[in-house]
Amino acid sequence: MADTTASPPGKASYVHSGGLTALIFLPPALTLFTVFVILPIGEAGWYGFYNWNGLAALENFVGLQNYQQLLANKTFHQAFINNLLIIAVSLAVQLPLALSMAVLLADRLVGSVAFRMMFFLPYILADVAAGLIWRFMFDGDYGPISQIWQALGGDPLYILADRDWAYAAVLTVIVWKYFGFHMMLYIAGLQNIDRNLYEAAAIDGASPWQRFRHITLPGLSPMIKLSVFFSLLGSLQFFDMIVSLTGGGPLNSSHTMVSFLYYFGIGRMRVGFGSAVGVLLFILCATVAFGYKRLLMRDDHD
Amino acid sequence: MTETALQRHRPRKGSLVLPKSDVVPASLAAPMTGLPRFLILCFVAALVLVPLLATALGGFKELGELRTNPFGLPRVWQWENYWGILASARYWRILGNSLFISAVTVALTLAVAAPAAFAFAHLRFFGQRFLFNYFILGLTFPFATAILPLFIKVRDLGLLDTHWGIILPQVAFSQALSILLMRNAFRQLPSELLDAALVDGCGYARFFLWITLPLSRPILATVAVITFVVSWNNFLLPLVVINTNAKYPWTLGLMDYQGEFIVAWQLILAFITLTILPAVLMFVLAQRYIVSGLTAGAVKG
Repeated sequence: MADTTASPPGKASYVHSGGLTALIFLPPALTLFTVFVILPIGEAGWYGFYNWNGLAALENFVGLQNYQQLLANKTFHQAFINNLLIIAVSLAVQLPLALSMAVLLADRLVGSVAFRMMFFLPYILADVAAGLIWRFMFDGDYGPISQIWQALGGDPLYILADRDWAYAAVLTVIVWKYFGFHMMLYIAGLQNIDRNLYEAAAIDGASPWQRFRHITLPGLSPMIKLSVFFSLLGSLQFFDMIVSLTGGGPLNSSHTMVSFLYYFGIGRMRVGFGSAVGVLLFILCATVAFGYKRLLMRDDHD
Repeated sequence: MTETALQRHRPRKGSLVLPKSDVVPASLAAPMTGLPRFLILCFVAALVLVPLLATALGGFKELGELRTNPFGLPRVWQWENYWGILASARYWRILGNSLFISAVTVALTLAVAAPAAFAFAHLRFFGQRFLFNYFILGLTFPFATAILPLFIKVRDLGLLDTHWGIILPQVAFSQALSILLMRNAFRQLPSELLDAALVDGCGYARFFLWITLPLSRPILATVAVITFVVSWNNFLLPLVVINTNAKYPWTLGLMDYQGEFIVAWQLILAFITLTILPAVLMFVLAQRYIVSGLTAGAVKG
């Protein structure tokens, strides 16, 4: 270890002694992370080339067959489309809703904090619980939505049993649960916009819409990019609510890629096939993450 | 929201902000004030809250009343729906399991990630940059991508159907974000502190324990909140790892209960209400921490 008292202050003074401490500080994190995160990802890439039930010896090498099956699978196509629909609804419905609520609640007017908390509340609920709550809301026999419909003169509505509507129900619940989180991001972003700009614009006769279009939106663009990024990644890992709300049904019409992985990979112990789904998901996630980093935003991890 | 509506309600009139002259026009981030704003907010709030209220109230009704009186107060409050669950061992067991899993996950995450973050923030060693990027890789993909090999790994380690089979992977998956957040926070501490401590003969380990950690409580709280919420709400991993009912965390226990009482919605609603109650209470009591923890963590990550 270097004689630290003799050297001048600054980084040079402890350059040599860091390595030893690092040898104690790093291994626990490194071991856990490697064993439970990195190795499984690597193994997914490996298992994906095998037909394996997880028990017998890993020897039935099938090359790209799992991937071919996957890409030819109608249910997987639907699951992929369903993931894209989550993204579409996030952009077309959730983003504008979150943004307008953020604009209405950004200033500390009466009740702002209470409304923010109410809108954020669904976000802290587990997806499983949110899914069950809405399974009740959409229930044809006992659910409130069906009761309202019947009070208006309609027949009982079995939304979750309807191929054409079950997934729309899922999308509704996604907006219900997640818009509050995105609203909070926008509110945080709005705090960074210089309020004097609005005053100056108002003096110059800019309409509220012009002020929104030319001050608020540009000022918020980093947050909007971030929120879109979360929507993309959130879509790719969306799972819990599918189980509790629709179970992937009716007729496998409401799966996402992860629920497809669960029901068709884990549920039937087709380790190779399921791993292939995982690899595909991994590639999509990595593409989104790197694309996001390169195209859109800051590079502040060093 | 229409443009005309925005134009009609200029914030100057009827604005509820303080009447300081320089504040009123500067609140223009909100282009709508007064009654219209309030009505819109109430409408959205109703959409958010009605399902929650219908659930909580539904738990007090008889099954048949759910059909005839979906939104109103119960005609007769069926307290036994709730008391029956509260008196059952099942309810307390699943909450206890979740609490144990989440608390240990948080403690281990902090214990493992904080020293690593310190090493990346203040030490200099061979391969530092590479190792840091190695951890950051963990930010790019979720649990689900590796769930099958993870299941095999947990099985081969003999952790299947144990709480450790949930805890250890959760700790591992929380490393990337935790290390990133804590490293950035540790770096903000004035470097003169470390220099002075080293000159005075204080080692890195003592500096870390007695100076870095106490000065970094906010970021430790943030990491703890994120890790706790993720663990408390986790569903996929327990679903794959746990087989025995007695070991279910509440998310699995809830699905299990629903599967058992399928159409007895009044009981299921009471069960949902009681299982989400801890999270809602925590949120109401510590909203500031939770909101800032979850959003700040997301933004900085």
